[in-house]
Amino acid sequence: MKTDDLIAMLASEAVPVGSRVWQRRYGLALGAGVIGAALLLMITLNVRPDIAEVVMQPSFWAKLAFPGALAAGALVAAIRLSRPGVALGSVSSMLAAPVLVVWLLAAIQLARTEPGGRSVLIWGETWASCPLYVALLSVPAFIALLWVMKTLAPTRLALAGASAGLLAGAVGAAAYALYCPETGVAFLGIWYLAGMLIPTTLGAIIGPRLLRW
Amino acid sequence: MVNGLAGDAAAYHLLLQELSAHLRAFFRVRLQRVPDEVEDLVQETLLAVHNQRHTYDSAQPLTAWIHAIAHYKMVDLWRRRSRNEVLNDPLDDQADLFTAADTEASDARRDLGKLLNRLPDQQRLPILHMKLEGLSVAETARVTGMSESAVKVGVHRGLKALSVLIRDEHED
Repeated sequence: MKTDDLIAMLASEAVPVGSRVWQRRYGLALGAGVIGAALLLMITLNVRPDIAEVVMQPSFWAKLAFPGALAAGALVAAIRLSRPGVALGSVSSMLAAPVLVVWLLAAIQLARTEPGGRSVLIWGETWASCPLYVALLSVPAFIALLWVMKTLAPTRLALAGASAGLLAGAVGAAAYALYCPETGVAFLGIWYLAGMLIPTTLGAIIGPRLLRW
Repeated sequence: MVNGLAGDAAAYHLLLQELSAHLRAFFRVRLQRVPDEVEDLVQETLLAVHNQRHTYDSAQPLTAWIHAIAHYKMVDLWRRRSRNEVLNDPLDDQADLFTAADTEASDARRDLGKLLNRLPDQQRLPILHMKLEGLSVAETARVTGMSESAVKVGVHRGLKALSVLIRDEHED
């Protein structure tokens, strides 16, 4: 087939394209991911029974704010990486800032604590399971986001996969915070982050294969 | 140019024509070692632009969007070639910098017509009647006995499937 014939063939299907379809698709994917994470949490761990009292404590809100801030940065990155020809811009500072703030607060909290009490702030009692549960709760968002991304023609596939993974991980971490019994900021900066980095790494690895178009 | 993406058929036709000339020039400069691939890549990119046009935002420069697609398809080609034909890369040391004008399409090596034949009937027939014979949706529906919405869906899915066939063809 000659290129001119191909052009004639394509041109006869000049259907107007509703712009910004990705906004609705991202909204749906995130909604599905959040609902999916909430359902998984109910099934597996359930919300901690003393949630009503914990809501008054700053450590609870820190555990929501940290993944929330990372989710915002990851969402911007994912949207920009999803479509051809959109510059990534200065997303890295949006992603680095929450991590640095949490590490700084962790250092302050550790410095103010007696040496004997520090290990509890770092390891807590659930360090081994926390990253795995965060990763597990991120699965619905991970699938939904990669599916949306696949419909939007990303051109930097490893980065795109990683950003979808980080966003999914942040959703999983926020859901896990409703169960998590720990109060150490260092715990947040290490084990929550590790949990979020599991889907991020996975996304970077499978992105180039899965997102091709 | 943007009108072409807003549903104006004539403007869209013009856009694709101008685009094909730009793509040809773009790829000819960058694929001097494999000039045979240029026209195939022009066609593959045109099809990709068409299939992915829902990802274009009118607030964004059209050139950036198209360049990213063209670049992606070219990198994809290099990746496939480096995997499949590392030892078989033709080394044309006399790459002709002063080739004919960009609007002169060379023959594509891949025959999209043949690939089209591999699509299922409910995709192939609407494309054939509408695209190649110039029938309207209603006429195509009458000829094929399909509903009008099935014709539209068939064309849409068929063109996407064509893009996948092209990609998989390289993988073999």
